Amino acid sequence: MAYRIVGSQCTSCSACEAECPNQAISERGGTFVIEPAKCTECIGHFDTPQCVAVCPVDDTCVIDRNYPRHQAP
Amino acid sequence: MDSTGHLETDASGAGVAMDAIMRQVAEHKGCGTHGGAGKASCGSGAGENDLPAEIWEKVKNHPCYSEEAHHHYARMHVAVAPACNIQCNYCNRKYDCANESRPGVVSEKLTPEQAAKKVLAVASTIPQMTVLGIAGPGDPLANPAKTFKTFELISKSAPDIKLCLSTNGLALPDHVDTIARYNVDHVTITINMVDPEIGAKIYPWIFWNHKRIEGVEAARILTERQLRGLEMLTERGILCKVNSVMIPGVNDKHLVEVNRAVKSRGAFLHNIMPLISAPEHGTVFGLNGQRGPTARELKALQDECEGEMNMMRHCRQCRADAVGLLGEDRSEEFTTDKVMAMEVNYDLESRKAYQDAVESGRQAKVAAKREELETLAGESSDIRILVAVATKGSGLINEHFGHAKEFQIYELSTSGAKFVGHRRVDLYCQGGFGDEDALETVIRAINDCHAVFVARIGGCPKSDLAKAGIAAVDEFAHEFIEKSAIAWFRAYLEKVKSGEVAHQARGDAAIRQGALLATAE
Ligand code: SF4
Ligand code: SF4
Ligand code: SF4
Repeated sequence: MAYRIVGSQCTSCSACEAECPNQAISERGGTFVIEPAKCTECIGHFDTPQCVAVCPVDDTCVIDRNYPRHQAP
Repeated sequence: MDSTGHLETDASGAGVAMDAIMRQVAEHKGCGTHGGAGKASCGSGAGENDLPAEIWEKVKNHPCYSEEAHHHYARMHVAVAPACNIQCNYCNRKYDCANESRPGVVSEKLTPEQAAKKVLAVASTIPQMTVLGIAGPGDPLANPAKTFKTFELISKSAPDIKLCLSTNGLALPDHVDTIARYNVDHVTITINMVDPEIGAKIYPWIFWNHKRIEGVEAARILTERQLRGLEMLTERGILCKVNSVMIPGVNDKHLVEVNRAVKSRGAFLHNIMPLISAPEHGTVFGLNGQRGPTARELKALQDECEGEMNMMRHCRQCRADAVGLLGEDRSEEFTTDKVMAMEVNYDLESRKAYQDAVESGRQAKVAAKREELETLAGESSDIRILVAVATKGSGLINEHFGHAKEFQIYELSTSGAKFVGHRRVDLYCQGGFGDEDALETVIRAINDCHAVFVARIGGCPKSDLAKAGIAAVDEFAHEFIEKSAIAWFRAYLEKVKSGEVAHQARGDAAIRQGALLATAE
């Protein structure tokens, strides 16, 4: 699984972009999006997914079940 | 000295004692740029002789730091910092930071390069623009790369512009050295509490060391970081103002303690602002029905803290992309599209010449006030009243009642005219004063005033104001505010003395709660 951003809730504050250890987040068309291939759910970096912890809007950075769970290397 | 003076009851001694007191008061109130004698006080802002020379040099042209300068100089904010590292209960992050700005406002976000171009465009168009601030829309220090890049670009292309920034303080200790390196001379920290138990009611969480921390623990870290940041800045000689949001029932009484804590750490100005919490802003406080203070509650708290240190009362809680004199907003003239299309010719010389002209006008105003104040010498009365003034700046009564977006409030007593605040009415006057509701709203906003000074006013609103007990005064059109207010007050005292009018206390007034959504008329 990777994380994804619920576009309709994103305030485009960019806070998550700077916190992501994998540079998986960028702005696209006014809101921010996560590139699933780059997202490691922060495993190996931090205890909690950084985008979830910093986002000012609850339930905006959520698990994307379309992707298999990340395996720590 | 106590400028209200204790009135001698002994008849023969009274004249002499009052004369001496009034002379000192006159000097004391002589605010601004005249050199030498007397202790200056600008009502809410600090005056020339209250401060060490090098600090006065820094603040004298800063509209946010000197009440006196805010009539003459303009500031602008650039919205380059959208991210934030804490959550406040009075903020909804769809909008600008409510610490520093009006809630419910959305600013146009810029890159550092766009911001630098905009500053040059504005400074070339508005020569009295002397200050650039970064105040959001989030926290400038949660966006350090963008914030400092902007400062770097501006200090290269417009070296005469002062830089300032506003922060919630969480990241401040990490950036103090960079702030010093970029020659930022003013920093504003929003400090709403020094007690973590109270903080937990204001801040649900902070993002700290890669973790979200909640409750009392979060507030404890925040207050430690804020106070340490404040100490580090003042140690390096960087001026620090503290903003506090007054939240009735949560931190209102506690702010007296905050005032002491920040004063002892070297903050040179404290700005207590009212909580603005309309439900439609979608903030936690707004949705919970947490109310903001009334005008009288706010003034009482500001008065209580004033014994301790300089209070700022002219803060307009500006947008993160505000442009212009305080109380005016010209940001619509400088949208990104317009700015990028502008040919900018930055002329240091002509800006300087313009500012010199502003300076002499300002001195004329100070002299006029001093002269008029002398006529009050020998008067003694316990009467203290508030009056509202419609002004476009330059310290003059030069705005039409129906066009005023805000009124400035002065307190009049035998010690003179003192600026004590302002009341916004802009949200309501969009339809002009043709409709009844608009006028009613203005009356509510200045209901604690005995008179309103205007450049012009129509017959209808004038008589409605009179019915509400507020005298509309237009005979001082285009004259200096303080001088006129003192002259009017002297006449008022005469009338009370002769029995022509009976002095009556006024009621409380409302602080506008709505958001500023439309930027231009
Ligand atoms: S979970 Fe971590 S790695 Fe994935 S997008 Fe969020 S911050 Fe980046
Ligand atoms: S932190 Fe949340 S609101 Fe801000 S840009 Fe990222 S997803 Fe959007
Ligand atoms: S510091 Fe400003 S932007 Fe951040 S949550 Fe508080 S009010 Fe909002």
